[in-house]
Amino acid sequence: MSVHCKQDAPDERNVLDSTKQGVLGEPLERPEGLLKVTGTATYAAEFDAESCLEGVLVTLPVVRGTITSIDRESVLQMPGVVAVITDERLTGRAAQGMAGEAPFQPAQQVCYWGQPVALVVAESFEEARDAAKHLSVECNADEGDAPLDPDTVEAEQRKPTKNGDLAHAMTQAAHSVDATFTTDGHASAAMEPHAAMAQWDGQSLTVHASLQMLKFNRAELADSLNLKEKQVRLIAPYVGGGFGSKLGISQETVGASLAAMKLGKPVRVVMSRQQVFQTIMRRSETTQRVRLAADSEGRLTGFGHEARVSNLPGEEFAEPVLQSSQFLYGGDNRLLQLEVARIHRMTAGSVRAPGEAVGVQTVEQAMDMLAEKAGIDPVELRLRNIPERHPAKDKPYSSRKLAECLREGASAFGWKDGPRKPRHTREGEWWIGSGVASAARIHAVVEAKARVTLRPDGTALVETDMTDIGTGTYAILGQVAGEMLGLSLDDVEVRLGDTDMPPGSGSGGSFGASSCGSAVFLACEGLRDTLAEKLGIEASDLSLKDGFALWENEKKSIAEVLDGKAIEEIGHFEPGKSTEDYAVASFGAFFAEVAVNHWTGETRVRRMTGAFGFGRVLNARTARSQCLGGMTWCIGNALTESLLFDPTDGHLANCDLAEYHVPVHRDVPDLEVVLLEERDAAASPIQAKGVGELGLCGGAGAIANAIYDACGARVFAYPMTPDRVLAAMPDK
Amino acid sequence: MPITINDTPHDLPDDPRVSLLDFLRSHAGLTGTKKGCDHGQCGACTVLVNGVRINSCLSLAVTHDGDEVTTIEGLGSPVSPSEMQQAFLRHDGFQCGYCTPGQICSATAMLKEIAAGWPSDATDDLEASPKLTGEEIRERMSGNLCRCGAYANIVAAIRDVAGENA
Ligand code: FES
Ligand code: FES
Repeated sequence: MSVHCKQDAPDERNVLDSTKQGVLGEPLERPEGLLKVTGTATYAAEFDAESCLEGVLVTLPVVRGTITSIDRESVLQMPGVVAVITDERLTGRAAQGMAGEAPFQPAQQVCYWGQPVALVVAESFEEARDAAKHLSVECNADEGDAPLDPDTVEAEQRKPTKNGDLAHAMTQAAHSVDATFTTDGHASAAMEPHAAMAQWDGQSLTVHASLQMLKFNRAELADSLNLKEKQVRLIAPYVGGGFGSKLGISQETVGASLAAMKLGKPVRVVMSRQQVFQTIMRRSETTQRVRLAADSEGRLTGFGHEARVSNLPGEEFAEPVLQSSQFLYGGDNRLLQLEVARIHRMTAGSVRAPGEAVGVQTVEQAMDMLAEKAGIDPVELRLRNIPERHPAKDKPYSSRKLAECLREGASAFGWKDGPRKPRHTREGEWWIGSGVASAARIHAVVEAKARVTLRPDGTALVETDMTDIGTGTYAILGQVAGEMLGLSLDDVEVRLGDTDMPPGSGSGGSFGASSCGSAVFLACEGLRDTLAEKLGIEASDLSLKDGFALWENEKKSIAEVLDGKAIEEIGHFEPGKSTEDYAVASFGAFFAEVAVNHWTGETRVRRMTGAFGFGRVLNARTARSQCLGGMTWCIGNALTESLLFDPTDGHLANCDLAEYHVPVHRDVPDLEVVLLEERDAAASPIQAKGVGELGLCGGAGAIANAIYDACGARVFAYPMTPDRVLAAMPDK
Repeated sequence: MPITINDTPHDLPDDPRVSLLDFLRSHAGLTGTKKGCDHGQCGACTVLVNGVRINSCLSLAVTHDGDEVTTIEGLGSPVSPSEMQQAFLRHDGFQCGYCTPGQICSATAMLKEIAAGWPSDATDDLEASPKLTGEEIRERMSGNLCRCGAYANIVAAIRDVAGENA
């Protein structure tokens, strides 16, 4: 049986507040945690298969061109080499998130430096790696006029948002800011490199892969290989981080599959770290102009945000920099304009919190500049500019904790209010300062299904192809089911990551918890109805707690009610009009304290507080961890992370973890997280929004503002490396 | 002499190119040790060789003739996890779990290094025994990257195991 809900109106029933188990929201340990800490959780490359062959991708140091020949014989005689795969179905790029169709083929047409063009398969990894290095590939290069620099090409304009007359508002403003910022590209750099192990039985393909969205990935892989979807099974119970890089299938999955189909043996392909950097997805660099016009009280009359991003020709994705600028602050005169430059760097795509991860921090710096001009405390300036209704679309907000986050975050951090002047505190060589920024992230939900079974012994089983990429899916889906069915988390088994199970939303865009959580919720509503029916009572009169059904003054164990027969339901959630009728988003506030070295320009983050409101908290422990992760990314975003492309051939020069600097232990101080409970009835039937990305949306701006407050250096380029800070450091 | 891994002797591989990391994962079937970069840049492959932590990707298996290797599987199991493994669980010192075995092996050995008086970049007085401060822990763990950003919880877990002194 199945329970379907297309959510066209807010669900104000708040069913989960009247259930009795009290397990939802609790900071419980992850049920799969013991496997992870003992090294017994199995990731894509770690499944056992008898006589598994090893494949290594061959990449080409050419910006643009066409392969004319591949000399298989050059390596087939080498020890252990089994095959060289040059099939036309090999893909040249990764699929964008939720594409559901084959990414760019054939791989023989090269569009960026480092594109994989072939796969060498051998008995051992060492043999395959050696042979891959020796494969001789002829390419008709066409590199001369391939554009590489986003600033030198004509850009395509996307549809703008225009209200009133921003230019006029700027001339009339009592206070105004007009500033241009740049942000460098970012890499997801998930710790598990992209990996796949494929098996073909002559009819169907089974692939263990490191992927975030199996429903879409299955369609992408089937389309790439000219197979039917039902011939493809994907398995991914554990995924070693994704951050957008595993939204779509990439070359190792297609390569391993083709090799397995051709050779009739299992084949494993794991990308090297360098290949992951060079061929998966980059977050585009951006150039952003922010204009703010305000009256004498600091209230915005005009708001402008224009951004230029880049991507390869033919790619639809454009870093959605302006996404939250649509609704974060007011101002009647608005101009938001995004443009895309077509260049031959590797594919640009989703990296954790696409859009807001680079779009909010620049607005937040501009707000800081405005606060200084207007002589208003920066927290107060933000509070004054929270709009009543969506400023461009004139619709209500579903629920929004921005003001509370600013206030409670300020108090937790110990924010000293009042107008500010830089360079107020010095400790030896170090200037000390603090900064604030708002956080905002759009809300999304995606169609999702999940099956929940109440087994004869009274325990429950949750099944969906949804993934847990570190986000806590195992815990929260178990908690939703436990809450609805009156079971402790120990009595709910959650199985994930297998396309043989009902298709969930996949992990992406912070929508997994609310979408799949809602599917589980719906299934459980159906099960509660069935239990009530068996007892001959109304579902509304039934309480479930600790494995017992309770009604009036009666009590019976769930197992007894079931009487030896399992019952199951599939919950089917679909987004409807409720998320269109309201402005639905998650909000928060960041506070950072930094020390900036007067002589070297080095910045150390000394402490950071984040306060966040994102609907119902499903597990306070894993939600907090998501926020900690986001805030850690803020530190990298602000200070160290930058993809560096060679201007002459477009190759990514810092393509490993030694040269691309993600934050390390010593870069990250104690972080404080304040979770503000909220019910957002329009967001999802469980009143939850997302939290996987919010913690990264704006926090780098708080660090930038703290640098200014500390030493007076206003840095307009991210990351704010010592050289950039030093160059902006005032003499006196 | 063979190599001993978690108290079990294994024959060394014939191919001298096999790294200790690949030997553990592909030959010995111990996939708890992770490969994040294969270049000594991430720490995911950290194991203990004769009690000392190393990046197993930077070391060829054949050079470990006679060595005693301890991997994450050797520190504890789901039935009897080590103290450090339990602390990581309690403090949610991980998310995706991929860097986790390396973090735990590293942390286990790191506390011994501090106890043995080895100094680090965060040690002020090179003559005195290093203190178990947050800064010392962070400095000494900086070779173990966690892209999920679980650092704050990892440090809390390590302090918990280190006890009063941290
Ligand atoms: S895999 Fe050895 S340090 Fe990264
Ligand atoms: S837990 Fe995912 S990289 Fe550390």
